[in-house]
Amino acid sequence: MRYAYFPGCSAESTARDMHQSTLAVARALNLELVEPKGWTCCGATAGHQTDPFLAVSLPAANLAKVQDMKLDMVVNCAACFNRMKVANHEIAADAAVRKQVGAALDRDYDGSVKVRHLLEVLLDDVGTKALARAAKSSLAGLKVACYYGCLLVRPPNILKFDDPENPTCLDRLVTALGGQSLEWPGKVECCGGGLSLSRTDVVVNLSESILDMAVQAGADCIAVSCPMCQVNLDLRQQDINKQTGKNYQIPIIYITQLIGLCLGVGPDELGFEKLMVPASRVLEKVTANPHE
Amino acid sequence: MITIKKKKTAPGLKHAVEQLCHVDLSVCFQCKKCSSGCAVAKLTKIRPSEVMRRLHLDAGRELLESDLIWTCASCGTCSARCPMGIDVAAVMDALRQLAMARGASTPAGNVPLFNRAFLKTVATFGRTYELGMVAAYKLGTGKLMADTEKFPTMLKKGKLALLPPRGADRKTVGRIFKHAQQHQGPQA
Repeated sequence: MRYAYFPGCSAESTARDMHQSTLAVARALNLELVEPKGWTCCGATAGHQTDPFLAVSLPAANLAKVQDMKLDMVVNCAACFNRMKVANHEIAADAAVRKQVGAALDRDYDGSVKVRHLLEVLLDDVGTKALARAAKSSLAGLKVACYYGCLLVRPPNILKFDDPENPTCLDRLVTALGGQSLEWPGKVECCGGGLSLSRTDVVVNLSESILDMAVQAGADCIAVSCPMCQVNLDLRQQDINKQTGKNYQIPIIYITQLIGLCLGVGPDELGFEKLMVPASRVLEKVTANPHE
Repeated sequence: MITIKKKKTAPGLKHAVEQLCHVDLSVCFQCKKCSSGCAVAKLTKIRPSEVMRRLHLDAGRELLESDLIWTCASCGTCSARCPMGIDVAAVMDALRQLAMARGASTPAGNVPLFNRAFLKTVATFGRTYELGMVAAYKLGTGKLMADTEKFPTMLKKGKLALLPPRGADRKTVGRIFKHAQQHQGPQA
């Protein structure tokens, strides 16, 4: 199976581990990911907060490239996934927007490229049964709080991704690999997103309550699929501890890292050493668990 | 209870907001689901439902300087839960765009500066250059030392790229930003 893979800017910096583990999992499962040549930034939160035109045309520049590749676009970054789908929706729904974007891109784009999140590919194209068959070790005994955040599920009418209030796609993957996915109330709460530098106070406040809920539920780790959630919960964990007097030590792991581990990929190749809160206990547990 | 002073400080924002985000503000019946679900309402003086009500009554510049619009993390819970299908998050975007266009003051933090620094690196390199963005943002805020204790570890772990990104189609991105400048974003 062949897909156009859009890595997103954070794949080259703060989320290099997400990118590395995505490529490793794809290799192990025979998914061919082709990067669109010259891909550019989706505009992220700064784009849509600043200018509705930038918010649509920056993603569209990439969607147009993928249209020429005649493939579906697969995205793992929740923020890029969100912007791509919203841009597609606005271009397809409004002829004036399509015209304006077309003028800037110097070509017409109709909003029709199919955008899929990597999780959808793993669940629908690969399937949990095939994934379990390919697994060499299991997550048995590992309690995982699956955290979805905002950008995977909202706006629900446009993204049409899972249940917007109680999504289960990460949980299904964890369960398929033998792990225990926890019932907890923080699944779709907000971590503060793009405010990490500009309103650190807000991020510390919101992320702390997510860590608290996961710890209360008895989680060994939090599984994520968004680079902003990962950074806010992982990199900011020491700030949260400093400012609240708590002592959280909970690893924030990309789902692709957990899957890769089960598929027998080494922790270094999956970028485990890049996590700020070390995941050594999780690593010990999983690598000691042969899959039956 | 919401107290609204009779004296207005500027021409009302209702029309400008509706123009920018194509939202029909009049269908809001103040059920307050947006405020109940708002992730940051516990931190702000005013809440999304109050923004909606004030807009309904054609509030002016004071709304552009309210703390909610620059504390909002764009999580979209308000829009997702609105029984009338109002895209409240898009209203917040419109208010931010108007606040920037009209030079309204920012009550807390410096999100507009961050957004400008972010988009500047995109316009220059075609992709985000985090180190460049952080430098521009810090120079702007004057808080040079904030978070710098994390940089050595992040660089060592390869979580912060030293050099700007390469390989992006800068030509197309340049054209997009040029077009954006020509239509000058939201009309003040």
